[in-house]
Amino acid sequence: MSFEPKIVGFLCNWCSYSGADLAGVSRIKSAPNVRIIRTMCSGRVDPAFILKSFQLGADGVVVMGCHLGDCHYQEGNYKTLRRIPFLKRLIREFGIDPRRLRLEWVSASEGDRFAEVVNEMTEEIRKIGPFIHSATKIKK
Amino acid sequence: MAKPKLALYWAASCGGCEIAVLDLHEKILDVANAFDIVFWPVALDFKYSDVRAMEDKSIDICLFNGAIRNSENEEMAHLMRDKSKLVVAFGACAHEGGIPGLANLTTKDAILKWVFKDSPSTVSNNGTYPQTHTRMPEGEIEIPEMWETVKALNQVIDVDYYIPGCPPQPDQIWGVIEYILSGQPMPAKGATLGAGDKTCCEECPRERKEKKLKQFFRPYEIISDPNECLLDQGIICLGPVSRSGCGALCPKANIPCRGCYGAPPNCPDQGAKMVSAISSVIDAHEPEEIEKILDQIVDPLGTFYRFSVPQSILRRVEKI
Repeated sequence: MSFEPKIVGFLCNWCSYSGADLAGVSRIKSAPNVRIIRTMCSGRVDPAFILKSFQLGADGVVVMGCHLGDCHYQEGNYKTLRRIPFLKRLIREFGIDPRRLRLEWVSASEGDRFAEVVNEMTEEIRKIGPFIHSATKIKK
Repeated sequence: MAKPKLALYWAASCGGCEIAVLDLHEKILDVANAFDIVFWPVALDFKYSDVRAMEDKSIDICLFNGAIRNSENEEMAHLMRDKSKLVVAFGACAHEGGIPGLANLTTKDAILKWVFKDSPSTVSNNGTYPQTHTRMPEGEIEIPEMWETVKALNQVIDVDYYIPGCPPQPDQIWGVIEYILSGQPMPAKGATLGAGDKTCCEECPRERKEKKLKQFFRPYEIISDPNECLLDQGIICLGPVSRSGCGALCPKANIPCRGCYGAPPNCPDQGAKMVSAISSVIDAHEPEEIEKILDQIVDPLGTFYRFSVPQSILRRVEKI
């Protein structure tokens, strides 16, 4: 059976979630691999949520937020802008390919962009292959 | 009435927790008066066979320090669990894996290869390498097998209470002992004893301002102001993500907090929280500038999880 990547998507309520919704109502075709979790802001995504996703078997995690300057809470996505590159460094040290974690800006009017990001990431993760968290197999 | 029975055991640890108990000074005599110490390999000559001969649950309290990293540690953890009514994970190693837990950043093979073959100070002409079984003229010798992954105590056995710290502070240890002796009802199972439920910053006397950081320093690169928050000065201090209880000993001595008391309540992962905290105070809005600032933070994994790799969400690095 071919490998179907499992991707967890944290989408901000104000822009990206609406963007995903728009992709849906506009009937834009996109890969079904992203499991969407709505958060109030991309800045609400605690790095622990992302690590937990990998622990529970996600092959990739994508965080989507409003474009810079558009944050409903003014500064939230700037925190994300700093947090995700930092977290990429951390997961690289943990031996996880940093390409498995992505940060994308998708506005409420960019349904096509949402579909594009999802398709692109799904294909990339498909190439990288499945992620199996070694700690889940720890015996000794 | 017979005195309650107390056992102390050390697994993968440095011995600092034992010293912390001895640092009770004269009060150690009160401990000896109040308890019947039935097992304490560091100080008293009891053998494992003596413990095996005891009845199950005959020990009232076992203070277990050290991480679990080999077959002997694990066997003793199970044995102490069987024989004790209460098992307390004592100190950072038993609580969260501690310094030995940093072994989870590499593999068993890499560690043994470095220690017994590659390190410049190793002379290994005859290829000495640890074996679990060795034939000698007198018979076969068996030594414990080292595990691939270091574990905290509660990843091996059921643990009743935790006393964090590297090492736990003697006044806190005494506080717990006094509490037990007072006969008051014990807190709910799984509670952390001998520590606060806020962060290290709460106890730190340094003055904090609004943090806006463009530059980070390692402690040797800067002469820090003794009254200002270390993190404000760009020194990575784990105070914001560490449990209170030590009285902010390190920051008071001009050393950033290393996080030995572990994550504060309701924080699942010390390192993740530190990533979050630092990201919030970096004063930059352009990706290139952010990357440049992040370049100054050396080894986030080893720094943020200095004592807590085995208890973190990811627990170990993926095999390289």
